[in-house]
Amino acid sequence: MPFSISLTVNGQPNSIALDDPRVTLLDLLRERLHLTGTKKGCDRGQCGACTVLLDGRRINACLTLAASLDGSTVTTIEGLANGSELHPVQAAFIACDGLQCGYCTPGQIMSAVGLLSEGHAGDDPERVRELMSGNICRCGAYQGITQAVLEAGQAISQQNRPVPAEGSENGRSAA
Amino acid sequence: MNRFDFIRPTSLADAVAAGTSPGSVYLAAGTNLIDLMKIGVTRPERVIDISRLPGLDRIEWLPDGSVRIGALVRNSDLAYDKRFAAAYPAVAEALLSGASAQLRNAATVGGNLLQRTRCAYFQDTASACNRREPGSGCDALQGENRLHAVLGWTEQCIATHPSDFCVPLAALDAMVEIEGQDGRRELPIGALHRLPDAHGATESVLAPGDLITGLRLSESTAFAAHARYVKLRERTSYAFAIVSAVALLSMDGDRIKASRLALGGVAAKPWRASAAEAALVGQRATREAFERAATAALGDARPSGDNAFKITLAHRILVRALTLAHQGTPKVLPALPASPFPDPHSPAPKGDLHVA
Amino acid sequence: MSPEISSHQAAPSETKAAANRYGSNAGQPLTRRDGLLKVTGRATYAADNHPEGLVFAVTAVSRIARGRVRAMNIDAAKAHPGVIDVLTPANRPPLSHDPDEKMPPFGFRVEVLQDDGVRYANQPIALVIAETLEAATEGAVLLDPQYDVEPARVDRATGLRFDPPGVGVGGDPSTAYGDLDAGFSQAAVTLEGEYETPPQYHNAMEPHAVVAEWDGDRVTLDMPNQALAMSCASYAAFFGIPVENVTIRSPFLGGGFGSKAIINGPQILAILAARMLKRPVKLVLTRAQMYGPVGHRGQTWQKLRLGMDSDGQLTALHHRSMSATSAFEDFLEPAANASLPLYASPAILVEHEGLRLDTGTPGPMRAPGEASGSAALEVAIDEAAEACGMDPLAFRLKNYAETEPGTGKPFSSKALRTCYAQGAARFGWSRRPLSPGQMRDENGLLVGWGMGTAVFHCPHFPAEARATLRADGTALVETGAADMGQGAWTALAQIAAEALGLDADQVEFHAGLSTLPDAGVAGGSAHTASAGLALHQAGGDAIARLTDLAVNDPQSPLFGAGNIGVIARRGRLYRRDDEARHESYAQILARSGQSEIIGTAKSARDPAVASDHALYSHGAVFAEVKIDPDLGQIRTTRLVGAFAAGRVINPRLVQSQYFGGMIWGLSFALHEEAVTDKRTGRIMNADLAEYRVPVNADIPPLEAILVDEEDAIVNPIGVKGVGEIGITGTVGAIANAVWHATGKRIRKFPIRIEDML
Repeated sequence: MPFSISLTVNGQPNSIALDDPRVTLLDLLRERLHLTGTKKGCDRGQCGACTVLLDGRRINACLTLAASLDGSTVTTIEGLANGSELHPVQAAFIACDGLQCGYCTPGQIMSAVGLLSEGHAGDDPERVRELMSGNICRCGAYQGITQAVLEAGQAISQQNRPVPAEGSENGRSAA
Repeated sequence: MNRFDFIRPTSLADAVAAGTSPGSVYLAAGTNLIDLMKIGVTRPERVIDISRLPGLDRIEWLPDGSVRIGALVRNSDLAYDKRFAAAYPAVAEALLSGASAQLRNAATVGGNLLQRTRCAYFQDTASACNRREPGSGCDALQGENRLHAVLGWTEQCIATHPSDFCVPLAALDAMVEIEGQDGRRELPIGALHRLPDAHGATESVLAPGDLITGLRLSESTAFAAHARYVKLRERTSYAFAIVSAVALLSMDGDRIKASRLALGGVAAKPWRASAAEAALVGQRATREAFERAATAALGDARPSGDNAFKITLAHRILVRALTLAHQGTPKVLPALPASPFPDPHSPAPKGDLHVA
Repeated sequence: MSPEISSHQAAPSETKAAANRYGSNAGQPLTRRDGLLKVTGRATYAADNHPEGLVFAVTAVSRIARGRVRAMNIDAAKAHPGVIDVLTPANRPPLSHDPDEKMPPFGFRVEVLQDDGVRYANQPIALVIAETLEAATEGAVLLDPQYDVEPARVDRATGLRFDPPGVGVGGDPSTAYGDLDAGFSQAAVTLEGEYETPPQYHNAMEPHAVVAEWDGDRVTLDMPNQALAMSCASYAAFFGIPVENVTIRSPFLGGGFGSKAIINGPQILAILAARMLKRPVKLVLTRAQMYGPVGHRGQTWQKLRLGMDSDGQLTALHHRSMSATSAFEDFLEPAANASLPLYASPAILVEHEGLRLDTGTPGPMRAPGEASGSAALEVAIDEAAEACGMDPLAFRLKNYAETEPGTGKPFSSKALRTCYAQGAARFGWSRRPLSPGQMRDENGLLVGWGMGTAVFHCPHFPAEARATLRADGTALVETGAADMGQGAWTALAQIAAEALGLDADQVEFHAGLSTLPDAGVAGGSAHTASAGLALHQAGGDAIARLTDLAVNDPQSPLFGAGNIGVIARRGRLYRRDDEARHESYAQILARSGQSEIIGTAKSARDPAVASDHALYSHGAVFAEVKIDPDLGQIRTTRLVGAFAAGRVINPRLVQSQYFGGMIWGLSFALHEEAVTDKRTGRIMNADLAEYRVPVNADIPPLEAILVDEEDAIVNPIGVKGVGEIGITGTVGAIANAVWHATGKRIRKFPIRIEDML
């Protein structure tokens, strides 16, 4: 029962022929579109390694049937940086050493991007820890991850802040 | 995962008609269903994608102050809806204590109601399980069962219902809207799930083709100021409840005018503690009264295996939920929703709480 | 796919900033050179490869723990659309090595469809190959195996006890020093305890995987691998081909923790299928399938008996471990050996007994032996201190070993006293009440403080490396090192850069590929020291050759400095006695007419170092827990570790290694346990939902103090290991904090909520 779905992946519209309705979004990305940045850690929604943004929201790609996504938009780790310019979350993960083996990292980063756009953590480390708890890191890089999310959140809010008038005391740039 | 037909009906009527045929399952987000298909617990012949059915993704406030929640509303959207969270704070807290942010972003209200037990023997297709395969037996009964049911179980099944969301819904007498072959009907949530009996472990009263379309919660301003959900887990987050409890109090000065209580993680359905509610009416909100209520709630509890400690915990968490509810609904949702660990924004009660 | 990471791929701004601030060589906190690839999803792990013509393999696994497979519905599997073939004992092509024989130096017997026998649950019993992952997965289900079942032996009552010939990897099963009976007869206080640790599974986030592609009798394997050269030799033996015909690409491991150091059955089967089908094959284990054929930390039941005189001085220490292994292999968790190196006692006896269970074979898992053994020992020490009415730190200092207990060997270095002092000061240990149950926080939660000593030995593996100085003055350094997250891509490049007198971003570093010089095993916390020493010596060799050119060249300002010596710094050679005379590497090479100079090294430990010295890293861990007095829920709220492990190459990465170890310790104390059904031998929580490794919210603020320690003896670069020590000490510290909060002494791990009621 071949059928096709249209799916926008990292800004690119695709028409994808699916010969099998069993294909999950995760396996579609990895084995058929060869976008392998998104990782499979448990394939059961228990680890978060496969986190991507679906229509702007973080979800587990492993528990999502590709067939059900006709017309949707997906952002993966490959689509996060703006050319050679890293997303603030990516840069913060490097700076805070929020990774070791790196396998859970794409999922952590996509989850962090989702968390920041959801806007429920503020600058509270406890809320960040709670809201990042759907991403397991076996190496134990959690402290760096939490710090990276907080720092990236700060960097993003500074970027988004209106440029202060010249001579303002708070005239810090985002750089 | 077996091969299946994938169809996407465009109307509710078409969906229900398709769902009536044997071997059909409804797919919303799939956060539970796809997992069950991967581990072979569910092998459907036909998957009916209802995720785009129109009109089921709305939170609607009705003139009488009640709220209607479409079955496809995502768990996180409901929990973070400001008006909803203000009106039903314990429901929001329960939702946010469940699963992970990713799963809450996907999982739907209807799916949460019908999520299936996480009993390891249910999930393991090599084990006997009356719930998965009626008549095959229950391997949990003599197995690894320290987290199994302590209320309402029979030798047919000792599994628990995993939902956090359903616990406050049970306390609030939520009405479940169902579209079926014979049209629309409503059930109180307490009548949706079934406990095992002497003969088997049928999970719900739903008939083939029945599709949950929404939930209705009646106006409950009386309880909004004293509402808490508390949950014990084996890690701080991203874990199902060992036991959980919701307590909703309507206070008249120091006296309890009315209460709504329910327990999670103790039975095959969210466990409404009606006897405990009755025991609190007109009482002063004291530790002693809460203890009496908890004793009333757990009068029928008995271990189904290596889990007598859950009865103790269920008692204590009900007392804790009552204590916290009496103290008042926190102004800000705690950083760790439903955690017994206090939050800088809403410290735990001091004083005579401790019995260790 | 490329296993190379050159400096230009590192995040440029970050690297530059660090370089300007600190310099970029050994000792400096560079960010990870592989960081950019990892945060952009471009780091290529084994299963990310998809060669042309790829097919997918999925193992079918046994759902019984003992017996035989009577039948499988192979027709049904083959009839499923997309399924290409099914490998079973009936049609499995021969292998050149008998899988029921051990593979030296430390390969285990493996399960590769040699017969229809079942020796543990989750053993591979067939391999299904299909055009798609979906088809292969379903094909394995359709096999619907039927079994003749024999009763599973899963606990002490049913397992077979035996006296082991060895423990761990070639360790002695028992060691005795002094007169134990005399020691106990002198004791004023005697303490005995029994401790239990559960089976634990590595659960690296990256499942074991392989993409195998044959070209005639040559095979290329993309697979996460902690021991490239050893694995190549093993695969060559299994497939009857010369070792040089095996290439393993393992640029990134998604965690290993010991489980990717030893070859396993499923990967061999996938390689075999690729040869049989003449198509590249990808196999990725499911999470559940990792609970069996790829190792675990075996269960232990430990007894400790300690005698103390009236001053709290140990007079005797007896540690006995019953360690579980599989029905067909011998790896035993060398838990009791944890009592050998740490506390001074005139009499010590450690001994092991084996217990055969119907499980997959256990193997080394992050701090094998040390983790389980130190969990028991550090609780026993806390109990001994309590029995003597002493503060646990004072008790440990009282029994501080100035030389290695038993052997009397001097330590190559041991800054443990400083670790105790700095850790205790940072934690605020001096304010700790002696008795339990004394502390509550402002919310009425019970508060407890506990500590444990951390220790880990310093093995060293032979390793080889090559350093090439290039015409432009930059260098290429190469060794087949493995980065499973510890930071080899960065730390080893820093060591090489230092040896070459270059800035780290002048050094292109290649690793993670078996055709490179053998870097030994990435295990035993020895990789930085072992591969690092080889790189250091290869760099030194290149500089020596370059120096020869310069000092013998009349046109060089360094001409004639041969007896005086030169210093290599920032890409130039300087005359030692007159630094105004210098020349760049590029200039020296240009005039010599050589396009490059190659230095090589084969390094190993000087045997005299180990025979004359005791070689260990040390540390002290302090933990605070809070416990709800009604509900028993435990939360670790503070962890402070102070560690001394010789020279620190990169403090940023070392801190991360300590944090990781401490989190593993927290997990050991409060979380991890594989739960086996006693009737069937099946693990009932073979996933990541119910095998509850910690999540972010479980992790309190962590501190790791990097205590200064110089060690000129352990190896020429002064480096000890940091990857595993963090677990040791932490388990006991948390368990002891739980006791201090509640007065409840829990001797069975993990500590659970019902233990608090």
